[in-house]
Amino acid sequence: MENESNKILEEVTGSEYKYGFYTDIEMDQAPPGLTEDTIRFISAKKKEPDFMLEFRLKAFRHWQTLKEPEWAHVKYPRIKYQDLIYYSAPRKQPKYDSLDEVDPELLETFEKLGIPLDEQKALAGVAVDAVMDSVSVGSTFKKTLEEHGVIFCSFSEALQKHPELIKKHMGSVVPYRDNFFAALNSAVFSDGSFAYIPKGVRCPLELSTYFRINAANTGQFERTLIVAEEGSYVSYMEGCTAPVRDENQLHAAIVEIIAHKDAEVKYSTVQNWWPGDKEGKGGVYNFVTKRGICEGENAKISWTQVETGSAVTWKYPSLVLKGDNSAGEFYSVAVTNNMQQADTGTKMIHLGKNTRSTIISKGISAGRSNNSYRGLVKTTRNAENARNFSQCDSLLLGDQCGAHTFPYLDVGNRSSIVEHEATTSKISEDQLFYCMQRGIDMEGAIGLIVNGYAKEVLSKLPMEFAVEAQKLLSISLEGSVG
Amino acid sequence: MLSIKNLSASIYGKPIIKGLSLEVNAGEVHAIMGPNGSGKSTLASVIAGRETFDVDEGEISYMGKNLFDLPAEVRAREGIFMGFQYPVEIPGVSIANFMRTAINEKRKYLGLDPLTGAEFLKLMEEKKKMVDIQSKLTNRSVNEGFSGGEKKKNEIFQMAMLEPRLAILDETDSGLDIDALKVVANGVNKLRRKDNATVVITHYQRLLDYIVPDFVHVLYDGRIIKSGDKSLALELEEKGYDWVKKETA
Repeated sequence: MENESNKILEEVTGSEYKYGFYTDIEMDQAPPGLTEDTIRFISAKKKEPDFMLEFRLKAFRHWQTLKEPEWAHVKYPRIKYQDLIYYSAPRKQPKYDSLDEVDPELLETFEKLGIPLDEQKALAGVAVDAVMDSVSVGSTFKKTLEEHGVIFCSFSEALQKHPELIKKHMGSVVPYRDNFFAALNSAVFSDGSFAYIPKGVRCPLELSTYFRINAANTGQFERTLIVAEEGSYVSYMEGCTAPVRDENQLHAAIVEIIAHKDAEVKYSTVQNWWPGDKEGKGGVYNFVTKRGICEGENAKISWTQVETGSAVTWKYPSLVLKGDNSAGEFYSVAVTNNMQQADTGTKMIHLGKNTRSTIISKGISAGRSNNSYRGLVKTTRNAENARNFSQCDSLLLGDQCGAHTFPYLDVGNRSSIVEHEATTSKISEDQLFYCMQRGIDMEGAIGLIVNGYAKEVLSKLPMEFAVEAQKLLSISLEGSVG
Repeated sequence: MLSIKNLSASIYGKPIIKGLSLEVNAGEVHAIMGPNGSGKSTLASVIAGRETFDVDEGEISYMGKNLFDLPAEVRAREGIFMGFQYPVEIPGVSIANFMRTAINEKRKYLGLDPLTGAEFLKLMEEKKKMVDIQSKLTNRSVNEGFSGGEKKKNEIFQMAMLEPRLAILDETDSGLDIDALKVVANGVNKLRRKDNATVVITHYQRLLDYIVPDFVHVLYDGRIIKSGDKSLALELEEKGYDWVKKETA
């Protein structure tokens, strides 16, 4: 195996690029490193249309001119981009007609992760498109969705079947020039999900995708694109779990959401990447660009996120409220424990008249972690009567953690109203004792109090996600108070 | 059931309880009365296991076990309940959720299966009726935005749910109007059984019109200086604490 990859490495680095060079190589991983050849390899491997390769190469060339940003309130060792592997695929890649044909080991892993690929969950009304190390292995309920004209598939599949939709929308919300990590993702993204809801359709199922990092040292570059045409509605859920890792893994995803006139998109995430051990060793770097645009009048997009994982989280699900009367919401719970660092928040850019946005952020810090809220609310000159309400609460457990709030307000006209409220609190000894006197131990008490504190956000999650999120919050804070 | 021998306890080095002894048996109701600062609430806290208080001397045994060996949550699971003088708010946690967690923790400790949702709801309805508590109260967050009376009723409701062996009610009557007082007293009386015991800590004799104690103790300066039956409470009400102080001086 080692020899083989060395050989390939030599071939790749040592030879000039020849078209078609890759097609007959049955390799399940790209060699480490990032060059134009790596990008051509990925694109060829995925049999992508030409425009995609062009897009990737443009992004890569732009990325090479950029420097990694340093302004976030986080610290981490330099990422060696040339040591990462930019493409890997599960070993077997047959086309499945049913789940029975899927590698049982893979199914078992999904089972452990609680991924509802099976019929039971399907009956619960969840269509799952599971992405495991970048390649989609199964989709359920496709038929129901097809009947409604909803497209929900892996990004690769969408590139084959609906290239025109991808070409039209990809990069329209997050251009590859947006930032360092967006450029990197645009160059090397492996796979992801695509959802398209046609005009007037209310998506009959909650769409959910589970991501999971599997192979060691594989940078994960997912890409999600959701397009909601006029008058449509969709609720999209994304959840992540990652197994124990020794080395840091980079996760730099892009999510783009487009909501046209009268459309509504609800996007929910429960994010639980491996946070590293107590000393902060290992763990995932989660540097994600998520952005939505309310393109038409009365469009609405809401982000709900529960963040418990990652060694370092750096993300700001943002919204551009372009259509008049459009609305944006951001509900977030971010938990940091031990040595975790999170710099997260949102941006609400009000362009249209009478646009409204709501921001509810609940930070929970424990151990020696650092939790920052960073938010921008901007109303432009034309955004008459724009309204924003922001509430940023921080809860501290113990006295060695940090909570920081960086609100930026940029108000461009006299008729907008922007409100910001912030609180910082600690779990009181009285609350803990009250719980303990009722027979609930310290950790149970903390779990209960924290879940209560985050309830306003948790209640925005789809039901089954909410239950999972509650458990996750308690688990994440285990051992946080001695 | 509960045997306190020569207990001394302090907070931040300041002695509060100074050699207190008390015996409580199953089926009994004890009232502990005393002026402000005499150590009533400290006594309750020490029995419940609050760590802000240091036990300097003495012993407490409960059901034959050394109480000091048990952390607060285990004491609770073993059947010790404390009704708080100032019940704390826990925002976002419904009383139903709070109680379900508590009951299932206790059941786990006792080696029983957790109650299912349906079983729990049934139990809750039963107990609400028993202690005459408004149905919607349990959907609200624990004590959040409650009136003084609602907080105390909630304590009694929790007591009914947890079915303690030993209940210590710390000034449960303070700040209650007469109707709320009746609800609280009524709850305590209904929960009274041969195999459990109640210690009522109170400032005023008023509560004892409704909860009739078997024993009344006067706590003063960290010690029980006089014990008697319910007539002692009436006498206290009439003559004031100075009377006992003088008598025992």
